[in-house]
Amino acid sequence: MPPMKSALRACSDVRPGRRRSALAVGLTAILAVALSACGGGAGSGSGSVFKDGFKQAPQSTGKLTVWVDSTRLPAAQAYQKAHPKVKLNIVTYDGDANGANTLQTKVDLFDRTGSGWPDVVFSAEQNETSWAVTAGFAAPLNEGLIPSSTLGNFATGALNVCTVDGKAYCLRNDLAQAVLWYNASLMKKWGYQVPTTWPQYQQLGEKVAQQHPGYLVGNAGDTFTPEIYMWASQCQASDITGLRAVTVNVTTPNCERMASLLDTLIKSGSMSKLSVFSTAFNKNEKGKVLMLPGPSWFGGAVFDTKSGLNVPKGQIGVAPIPQWPGSSPASTGNVGGGTWLLSAHSAHLKEAVDFMTWVTTSDAYQGDLAPGYPAYAPAAKVWLAHQASSGYYVGNPDPVLEQAAGQVWTGWNYGKWSNEAVWAATIDPGLTSGKTISSMLPAWQTAISNYATAAGYKVSH
Amino acid sequence: MAGYVVLLAAFGIVPTAYAVYFAFTSSGNTFTGLSNFVNAARDFRYVPAVEHMAVYLVLWVVILVVFVTGLSLVLHQLPARRISRTVRFLYYIPGALAGAASVMVWLFMLDPTVSPAASFLRLLGYGTFGQVIEPGHLAILFAMIAFWTGAGGWIVVMCGALNTIPAETIEAARIDGAGGWRIARRIQIPMLRKWIVYMVILAFAAGTQLFVEPQLISEASLGVAGRDYSLNQLSYDFAFQNNNVNYAAAISVELLVVCVVVAAVFVTRSRFFDAS
Repeated sequence: MPPMKSALRACSDVRPGRRRSALAVGLTAILAVALSACGGGAGSGSGSVFKDGFKQAPQSTGKLTVWVDSTRLPAAQAYQKAHPKVKLNIVTYDGDANGANTLQTKVDLFDRTGSGWPDVVFSAEQNETSWAVTAGFAAPLNEGLIPSSTLGNFATGALNVCTVDGKAYCLRNDLAQAVLWYNASLMKKWGYQVPTTWPQYQQLGEKVAQQHPGYLVGNAGDTFTPEIYMWASQCQASDITGLRAVTVNVTTPNCERMASLLDTLIKSGSMSKLSVFSTAFNKNEKGKVLMLPGPSWFGGAVFDTKSGLNVPKGQIGVAPIPQWPGSSPASTGNVGGGTWLLSAHSAHLKEAVDFMTWVTTSDAYQGDLAPGYPAYAPAAKVWLAHQASSGYYVGNPDPVLEQAAGQVWTGWNYGKWSNEAVWAATIDPGLTSGKTISSMLPAWQTAISNYATAAGYKVSH
Repeated sequence: MAGYVVLLAAFGIVPTAYAVYFAFTSSGNTFTGLSNFVNAARDFRYVPAVEHMAVYLVLWVVILVVFVTGLSLVLHQLPARRISRTVRFLYYIPGALAGAASVMVWLFMLDPTVSPAASFLRLLGYGTFGQVIEPGHLAILFAMIAFWTGAGGWIVVMCGALNTIPAETIEAARIDGAGGWRIARRIQIPMLRKWIVYMVILAFAAGTQLFVEPQLISEASLGVAGRDYSLNQLSYDFAFQNNNVNYAAAISVELLVVCVVVAAVFVTRSRFFDAS
């Protein structure tokens, strides 16, 4: 091979150096253009009218663009099936789960280009209103678009995460109150009682570690671990006190008691450090879960699913989450419970409102199909009846779930930053390397304060 | 040529000018001097990100230079042309995958529950994904991923460069009694100098833009590792999470300045543009 020729060929073959950020920006721009081309957005130009509490874009016919996560895809599909005449453009995205922030990023780009917003969007997060209202993306729903009779049927407090200055800016999809899931067959076989207090729970956990090593009474490796345990323990990690003010206090006895419980059980081996959604957990812990404190959607998303623990019918029971003695009122945590937002830029408001009302309130989806506890009370009745009659659970889970729905501690709220992401980055690596949660509480305090400050909050301790 | 200029302006010069404009103005479009730079540097994520980048860049550039030069010399000396060509092609394949896709491959490689190299990971004492990606490991992991995706292209370039060294020169050295190692040390590496400098400049520039690797690791680990790791991620967070394009632009401009300065140092020190 002549040397010069080979060098030239080598050069032309190769693209040395990667232009990653340029690529990322380029892709985002292309996506933005593509989405704006097929989206139902309308500019804020002439012809807009002030109605229903906000400035509405000129209305037109055309495809209704809805964004959902993969879990809510059946909701959009069910709507399409029930309304074959509506032209629906269903787009799946990550649903902002685990603090992914995709929606805000995209809306920010659409704001710059002046088009492309989805008409209706589902988010797995509860903090979207903290930016979507000031950004002018979320439309108010209780100013004429959705009748108060409908809004009034949502469970008490369910729309709190949607409400800013007395206006509701989203509809709650589901409630995610934490309860204690347990394997009734194993409990009976080994002669254990379901614990009602946290000290009892800890004792049983230590006993299990000794008598049946390898079996679990809980897990502490999820980004939402603090929302199950710390929230239920009334730990003041995220007490939003004003539009941009938060109180953070996690080195208090309420937090320390739960941190020490988790540390003890992790050390004894009956508390897993894995995430329930990790491949390692589903591979190694199948049949090994005796108890698992977790939200109402664990039933469908962790136990009764082939992609999860796949526990057979007739083994899993539901009990109220344990309580600390002398601590009142009874309190539990909450993990998610998604929200549906309506774009204020939508050119198909009538269809959009019909869509979001249907997916949150209809028995056909929320009652019959939804994996989690519906936030809309009449649909919740139907949903609960299904759970009871499915025969999957031991006993009737309804009273426990219904009671827990009203016990979510109100001293923990969602700000503009993601507490799940903060916990994941601050506590999880330490846990992996063998540190205790108790020893990391000060670091957790600092991290929450830093992220809250960066998000524009005034932090008090 | 005209096409190149148009593209350069559209995707190079105009965005850069736009970023510089943002970096020195506030959200209300008034001139703010250096305050965006100062405020961005005061953010609690800034100093750790700079430290991460420094460690990563040293690892990445050193690994790249040493291994690419070494492997190219070995490949060049292989007596069987066909083997040399095949191996060179194999090295190049990972680089043909798009950036994000090749990182996805590594997500599987690094998770002991699904990795084909699981037994090796266990041998090192890592039983879970979390243990593999603990914060202290990230710089070396990112350098490995970047090497795997980027080195193949450079090896092809270096092999091409080695072919430009006249056979008579090597022949003469051999007659004088020089072995493979001496030929490499005294003739080939000095004659490759400009190619190596060129590689260092581009690799450094690419390295400062570290984004895809930590971002994907962060999403795959649900935020446990890799969040706010690099300056580019911080810039992204400023722009899209904190809604502050001006701080984001300030960081981009800093990265640009660092790259230009480093390139200038290497070019002048190595007499890159001297005719020889």
